[in-house]
Amino acid sequence: MSDSTLLSEICISSASKAWKDDGELLATGIGLIPRIAAGLAKLTCNPDLMMTDGETFLISKPLPMGKRDSSEDVIEGYMSYSRVFENLWGGQRHAMVTPTQIDSFGQTNISCIGDYDNPKVQLLGVRGFPGNFISHKNSIFIPNHSTKTFVSGEVDMVSGMGYNSYHSQVAKPHISSVITNLGVFDFNGPDHQLQLLSLHPGITLEDVATNTGFEIAVKSEEETALPSIEELALIREVLDPLNTRQIIFGE
Amino acid sequence: MNKVISHDDLVSQLSDGMTIGIGGWGARRKPMSLIRAICNSDLQDLTIVSYGGPDVGLLCAHKKIKKLIFGFVSLDMIPLEAHFRQARQNGELELMELDEGMVQWGLRAAAMKMSFLPTRVGMGTDVLKYNPEIKFITSPYSDGEQYVAMPALNLDAALLHVNTSDHKGNTQIEGPDPFFDEMFARAAAKTYVSSEQVVDTSELGGKEGAIFNRFERSLVSGVIHAPGGAHPTSCAPNYGFDMAHLKEYSAAAKSFDGYSTNYLNLSHEEYIEAVGGQNFINDIPLPQF
Repeated sequence: MSDSTLLSEICISSASKAWKDDGELLATGIGLIPRIAAGLAKLTCNPDLMMTDGETFLISKPLPMGKRDSSEDVIEGYMSYSRVFENLWGGQRHAMVTPTQIDSFGQTNISCIGDYDNPKVQLLGVRGFPGNFISHKNSIFIPNHSTKTFVSGEVDMVSGMGYNSYHSQVAKPHISSVITNLGVFDFNGPDHQLQLLSLHPGITLEDVATNTGFEIAVKSEEETALPSIEELALIREVLDPLNTRQIIFGE
Repeated sequence: MNKVISHDDLVSQLSDGMTIGIGGWGARRKPMSLIRAICNSDLQDLTIVSYGGPDVGLLCAHKKIKKLIFGFVSLDMIPLEAHFRQARQNGELELMELDEGMVQWGLRAAAMKMSFLPTRVGMGTDVLKYNPEIKFITSPYSDGEQYVAMPALNLDAALLHVNTSDHKGNTQIEGPDPFFDEMFARAAAKTYVSSEQVVDTSELGGKEGAIFNRFERSLVSGVIHAPGGAHPTSCAPNYGFDMAHLKEYSAAAKSFDGYSTNYLNLSHEEYIEAVGGQNFINDIPLPQF
């Protein structure tokens, strides 16, 4: 591996900060970068987080990517799918997910692309998005920031609710951080507009604007903080020693 | 009391147009031998309720599904289910697409003999746009909040795969996650379980074994002895999923004839031999996620 910091490592470091003020919430990173980022958060900015083995058990130490000797897992609790539902409906989780589409309202889609009755591309189905986005904090990682992912108008099938359609102070979306291959964002601009917080090295505001299908606010054009030496060591030696993260951006 | 029946007996107890719930989750502990028996039969126009995996895909490939009630269809390590996608992209399926928690809520309502259960889940999403039959209810208390009234998902039959059963329909799910099989059993008029092993009641393992008994035998109408019955899905702790077979199965979405010739229209025992034998299946390691 080269000595220079990779884009995947910048994204992991930025994404890990999403969980820093979450206390003991269940941190769920779905997909490679979010999963490594959740592990990094637990090893750095928030050791109190709860985390699963990706299946049924709560573990004390984040698991590395790839094959491992599971007899060394330190298991501290139980988290079946049924219990995950109970946990999330009570708001006790912060998940990071990768929707296929997201719009200016923060609505997300993982169901299908195109006409609903005869979709061009069938994806997973809405899965837990409707329940997740109305019940607990969610952050978003998008590896391919473009007008196909950050769409104009509305997403094709609203799977996770956005800020345009909430019904009460309880039934509202909870979107925290948005990390992409171009920068770091949140939905705390005027009237919940997506706003830029930092640009990854070498990325310009124009890159972001031309690759986003709607107007964004700009809070800061500063450069995204690079991972610390400690964070890089944890990513490279502890959390992802097999360098599975390289496939995300072909690094 | 002896509830043990054959795969053929099961098919004879089902009928066209039934609403059938399928236990398991994605590519995990699916009653695949029962699904293959349906695929090999004349049954048609089924409404299927499932946390979908290759059960949904195989039924799609055989055009058995009229309507699918689901939150997702996935093969876990292979995120997208090729046969399901093909059926959807050809516009073949009537859908009731729900949040996966709403599926549980609908099953729970049916289990409790309720017509609906309230939830916030679904609010603000197109789940409600595409399921206009789902109504709302306003809290009668001072908060006055409007909720989704998730309707009961009443099942004519539930099909589950378990690790161990006896002849009376006492069942044990020994994997760490029982998923929502209990809710399927409670929501169904009749529940049929395929089982890795069928043992005498005295061999169920006493108190320790009984912890794995996730629902009571009065819910179970039939027990089908089917070692390897979840293949190619996993059945912890007995075996993991057969990735090579799942890949072959996925690739068959382009042309199903070869897969069908090799693995369909066989007895369960012939199928097990065709995929490599029981010892081969038992040796498939459990997956790590």
